[in-house]
Amino acid sequence: MNTVVLVKQVPDTWAERSLSSADKTLNREGVDAVINELDEYAVEEALRLKEAHGGTVTVLSMGPARVTETIRKVLSMGVDAGIHVTDDALHGSDAIQTARAIAAALGTVGWDLVLTGVESTDARMSVLPALLAELLGVAQLSRARAVTVDGQVVRIERSTDDGYQVVEATLPAVLSVVEKINEPRYPSFKGIMQAKSKPVTTLGVADLGLAAGEVGLAAAYSQVTEVDQRLDRQVGQVVKDEGDGGVKIADYLVARKLV
Amino acid sequence: MAEVLVLVEHARGAVKKVTLELLTAARSLGVPGAVVFGPPGTAAALADRLAEYGAVAVHAAEADDIDDYLVAPKVDVLAAMVTDRAPTALLVASTAESREVAARVAVRTGNGLITDAVGLDADRTATQSIFGGAVTVRSTVRTGTAVITMRPNSVDAVPAPAGVELHPVPVSLSDEARRSRIVERVEEARSSRPELAEASVVVSGGRGVGSAANFAVIEQLADALGAAVGASRAATDAGWYPHSAQVGQTGVTVSPQLYIAAGISGAIQHRAGMQTSKTIIAINKDPEAPIFEIADFGVVGDLFAVVPQLVEELARRAG
Repeated sequence: MNTVVLVKQVPDTWAERSLSSADKTLNREGVDAVINELDEYAVEEALRLKEAHGGTVTVLSMGPARVTETIRKVLSMGVDAGIHVTDDALHGSDAIQTARAIAAALGTVGWDLVLTGVESTDARMSVLPALLAELLGVAQLSRARAVTVDGQVVRIERSTDDGYQVVEATLPAVLSVVEKINEPRYPSFKGIMQAKSKPVTTLGVADLGLAAGEVGLAAAYSQVTEVDQRLDRQVGQVVKDEGDGGVKIADYLVARKLV
Repeated sequence: MAEVLVLVEHARGAVKKVTLELLTAARSLGVPGAVVFGPPGTAAALADRLAEYGAVAVHAAEADDIDDYLVAPKVDVLAAMVTDRAPTALLVASTAESREVAARVAVRTGNGLITDAVGLDADRTATQSIFGGAVTVRSTVRTGTAVITMRPNSVDAVPAPAGVELHPVPVSLSDEARRSRIVERVEEARSSRPELAEASVVVSGGRGVGSAANFAVIEQLADALGAAVGASRAATDAGWYPHSAQVGQTGVTVSPQLYIAAGISGAIQHRAGMQTSKTIIAINKDPEAPIFEIADFGVVGDLFAVVPQLVEELARRAG
């Protein structure tokens, strides 16, 4: 079974995140870029499936030049090869355009399963797996907290608000995993050394068979028109408990008609 | 006037509150039409409630096995409706399944997608709160139909009774729509408390709660307020409370009228899931805890003293 695992490079959630004043896209300058932590669970699950069922695992990531750092990190965890989708024309692409570019890139390799994290910690849209299943015309198995593969049949426990659903499909499929599924491994020293010589293919818009005008900010289906970086929350009142903390909260709730 | 389609969320024979909020928002854009999925008879039972909030049409997409497959059958029906009727917008709730439905409808019909709107203007401009509430943006869609998912509790549901007509929608499940089959549904923690994502009041516990047994203190306050119970990642990772109750970056995002955080330090991962709450109250032993930076009212103290006193005080005043 051959798997492609998708990862995204995102600004560190601990950093001050902002949008560019020039074109209202994500500000990547001067911010630590890290692998989206939720994608590490997808990488781990891809490696476990390979250990159990054989085949290869390829990591695919889309983004600017420094995304190669994230691809090398994933290779050092034990993934076999990398694909880097990168092109200035992709800058500012929205979720739908991004899905189109990734679907086109997936068309350049053979795969049975596409694995992703449940969402990225920057945009948090949580729609890419669904968009890819739609564009690729394969089964959608999203929000898995457990996965089993038996021949061509994949069965997941899909996380829901009040429990889970058991969902079954036949390969090929797009599968997203939630963070409770496993505990991602750390790269070993040997893995880090081996990662340096693993193949990474770079694909641009022309390689994907897309026209430059189909992707990128100018052609996006949706557009950010205004950005307000100022946090509008007023600084509140903090009191020390003098044995009446509970009463003070009750007073506050009553005064503001919250109870 | 332009039509606005609203995907109806329902459970156990009742329309969910978020749908009433969506109908209210839809009325500022045009004339709301509600789309109901379920076995035959589902829509008729919900129609009066939908009409009370302004739905002039209830489209009944009904089939015995429509709920047996993940996402795709709903996409087939809604994409056909969007193509045929060209509504100005399709509004759905920001739930796990509906946002996936919305995304696939948008890409199949060539329309733009906006997720997690917390406000919506008459010209379809959506307000979104991003990076854990640190930045507010306004976004528009450039296509004929705007596909928009809205967070629960973003608008107040206001009744506006309308005369409603029930329209059956033909449903035929293609092989493609049957690719992902739901073979079993398991409810793990069904409680009498409101659902976390759409609750008006949420009481959450974190590392400071200290154990699974101690969560009873959090639950008592939740029950006194008719609230849902949430937990920080520290508490769910420790196994003190179910993962499904986790509020934060990697869990549920909530935006209630009132959020009470007890024993939660307020790391960015947690704040990302609750920072847009209207009123935030924090109880923590550590005066330096970052949760106090975003709290409207904070008490520095022991939650095991403060919370039971608050419960007692609420009971006394209700008295």
